[in-house]
Amino acid sequence: MQSEPSDVLNEFRQGSVAAFETLFRLHQRAVYGWILRIVRNPATTEDLTVETFWRIYRAHARFQPSHGFEAWARRIATNAALDWLKRARPETELDAEIPTRTAADPAISAELRAKTAQAFQRLPPKLRIAAILSVVEERPGKEIAEALGISVSAVKLRVFRALRSLRKDLQQQGITP
Amino acid sequence: MNANDEDKIKQLLQQALPRVEGDPEPDRDLWAAMLRRLHARPATPPLISWASLDWALLAALVLFAAAFPASISVLFYCL
Repeated sequence: MQSEPSDVLNEFRQGSVAAFETLFRLHQRAVYGWILRIVRNPATTEDLTVETFWRIYRAHARFQPSHGFEAWARRIATNAALDWLKRARPETELDAEIPTRTAADPAISAELRAKTAQAFQRLPPKLRIAAILSVVEERPGKEIAEALGISVSAVKLRVFRALRSLRKDLQQQGITP
Repeated sequence: MNANDEDKIKQLLQQALPRVEGDPEPDRDLWAAMLRRLHARPATPPLISWASLDWALLAALVLFAAAFPASISVLFYCL
């Protein structure tokens, strides 16, 4: 995310729509990318980006310029994504049109990948977010902890619980990873 | 689950859900949608919220009970 002049942050705190627009244009791409990594669906991500900035604008009076905009926006974006994951049905398909470069391992069949993705969708949303940001996106633990409002050790615990539950789900389907 | 199992399940998850690469951006400028949202719902909170009404009701009950102590038993009965 890019940095912004402190007067823009102060004006935003006072409720200036012009300052809000400046911050929106500076950070919308980063917020969009962060949410896309969690929900993995471009159309939903666009809606959630607007929802995130709506929440940001509504909370302008609580914003503390000394703490910076970036981490605050990321935390609100994570909460918006978490709320969506809680509402969405576990059967919701992940979008295959997101930009990825990871080559498929021929030793892992397409069926196994699909079953793993489906099992992952059945995990509690809080575990899914921690696991996807940590294991799939390989984001730093501190960044994930700040976005979720928990400690780094709590992130590690959630990731471990997610992986253990995923393994158990797959084993119940007769799949031994 | 040992470390080897953990590595295997991580690898499987990375294959099932490939990492989002690069710096993705929305297909359209979202500011227009943002403006619609801002105009649709004013951000100013209402002057009288449900929470303040709850407190006002509680204060009225306390005042009533203080003015008419005999009513306390009736109030407890209603609760």
